[in-house]
Amino acid sequence: MGRQGIRRVGDSLMRSLAARRTDVPVSQTRFGNGRSWLEARRITFSYNGTPILNEIDLMLEPGRMLGVIGPNGAGKSTLVRLLSRLLTPAQGKIRINGRDLSEWRGADLARVLAVVPQDPELPATFTAWEMVLLGRTPYLSWTGREGEKDRQIARQAMQDTAIWHLADRFIGQLSGGEQQRVVIARALAQQPRILLLDEPTAHLDINHQMETLGLIAHLVHDRQLSAMAIFHDLNLAAQFCDDLILLSAGRILAQGAPSAVLTPNLIREAYGAPVGVMPHPDNGLPVVFPLGRSV
Amino acid sequence: MNATKHDAQPATAGWHNRRASLLLAGSAITVLFAVMAIGWGSFRIPAADAAAILWKRVGGMEISGNWPASWETVILDIRLPRVILAALVGAALAAAGAVYQGLFRNPLADPYLIGVSSGAGLGATIAIAFGLQLGWSGLGAVSLLAFGGALSSTTLVYLLSRVGGRTSVATLLLAGIALSSLLSAMTTFLMFRAQDAFRTVHVMGWLMGSFALANWTKAVLMAVVLALGGAVIWSHGHRLNVLQLDEEQAHQLGIPVAWTQLVLIVAASLITATAVSVSGVVGFVGLIVPHAVRLVWGPDFRFLIPMGALCGAMFTMMADGLARTLLSPSELPVGVVTAFCGAPFFLYLLRRRRNLAW
Repeated sequence: MGRQGIRRVGDSLMRSLAARRTDVPVSQTRFGNGRSWLEARRITFSYNGTPILNEIDLMLEPGRMLGVIGPNGAGKSTLVRLLSRLLTPAQGKIRINGRDLSEWRGADLARVLAVVPQDPELPATFTAWEMVLLGRTPYLSWTGREGEKDRQIARQAMQDTAIWHLADRFIGQLSGGEQQRVVIARALAQQPRILLLDEPTAHLDINHQMETLGLIAHLVHDRQLSAMAIFHDLNLAAQFCDDLILLSAGRILAQGAPSAVLTPNLIREAYGAPVGVMPHPDNGLPVVFPLGRSV
Repeated sequence: MNATKHDAQPATAGWHNRRASLLLAGSAITVLFAVMAIGWGSFRIPAADAAAILWKRVGGMEISGNWPASWETVILDIRLPRVILAALVGAALAAAGAVYQGLFRNPLADPYLIGVSSGAGLGATIAIAFGLQLGWSGLGAVSLLAFGGALSSTTLVYLLSRVGGRTSVATLLLAGIALSSLLSAMTTFLMFRAQDAFRTVHVMGWLMGSFALANWTKAVLMAVVLALGGAVIWSHGHRLNVLQLDEEQAHQLGIPVAWTQLVLIVAASLITATAVSVSGVVGFVGLIVPHAVRLVWGPDFRFLIPMGALCGAMFTMMADGLARTLLSPSELPVGVVTAFCGAPFFLYLLRRRRNLAW
């Protein structure tokens, strides 16, 4: 029995162990094959008695990017952690493709849902190629060896994010923007149908912010991904998201199209800052600006 | 290096494909090393004769040579089990060291970090100080009590570090350091209480490690435990790679983090406990060998674990060879040699590649 044989026996063993829990087909959804949706119903979470999130309702749908905005401490990052199962809600339900989040096997979940964390810790001595290849983890057999298909997908992800030329560089040699794109490429190598991004452009300059968000928006629409991203910058959120949620003190203050959420009154209520809003000269989407000193 | 052509594979991928042949070459060199090491000792046996004797007695070939008949006994009953035990212990310590460095994401982690050596040390000291006379087919009281002490202390550290049903590796490390200090204090107390210079030297010698009491029972025991534990560790190599990210990212890539950590801790602690109970506390191998292998060949644990094991085997066989020849006819504790050779080499590597030390 050669290596292939051993691998086959191991695989079928692991499959039969896993079969009891994965009998619901992953890809069949009401949006058609290969598309997934995520819905959260009245989720509530508190930490050591302090309520962080209260009765949050949201829906991530294929081809749409949902932006989450709100002041510091509004619960934005907690929301990402709840949706990616790092935390469990005290009340409420989170479902992916109609199936409760708690019922998903870890690897199955990682094939459907990928996360781009805010400040990921990346070991400096991995090459960019090795880091992106880690995105194939949920698809590997128990031997943990990548095949030709995995390498092709990782390479495609690096080409899509324009970092293929950095493949052999060490992570420690890359700039913040390049590292961010490596993490996005790793998420794409997971071939997810749902993408959660926690401030994907936090450390980037305006040029790389536009480039990265343009890429993400393109992928979301092109591949019909269901995406949610947290934003600090209200104007970037308005330009790149289809819908917005404004969180304040753990509650949804407003929800809807950017023009409905980004109003002076709502922003003042959430952030306590006096701002004005005007239409963008190119596309009419709202642009938020701080009110100047009275002259 | 950066001039990756659009169609070509990254150099890193090409390197991944060459690793199997490198491991094969490493295994062959390890075997050669073992044959050479058999020749070393209080009197030298030429490597060619050693190989011929092995070929004859182990391989069952009809070979006649003009060596004294006593050489065959020396090789088969004394040197071969000793060399094999040294190789297995070195491989075990290096593999376990790689696991601990990976789990704690800390280049200073070694297999003794979470209480194995201090527990084993206390067990062995109790056996020596009280002159316990018990044994089980080639394993004396010292080995048995050392094994029991190693497992008890590691389990205790693990239980102490559980808070609210969760174990964080940081707490595990601190609990390990605290309990190790306590157990070492008890060991020292027993040594002084014994007031017996012979026993004190015996304990100190054991605490520095030695293969002088090697026999086939110990070698076979170590081989079995290393084969089982090593298989578990090697098959978790990719998961260890993922764990080099923070725990959140590992979760999000579908790895069952807590379970993986537990499996790896149990496997690494078992092979370390066995190594310590058959050879004492051989230092430095589990610290520097995996680190050196990573500095030279990179951080991929799927390669680091088997290559580290091979290098650990060679390094320990060499150190044991020096330990029994440097002051011949008397012997040095092997831990002295591993520290003496290992530390400068380690410093050299650290200076050479300091920018990417971890």
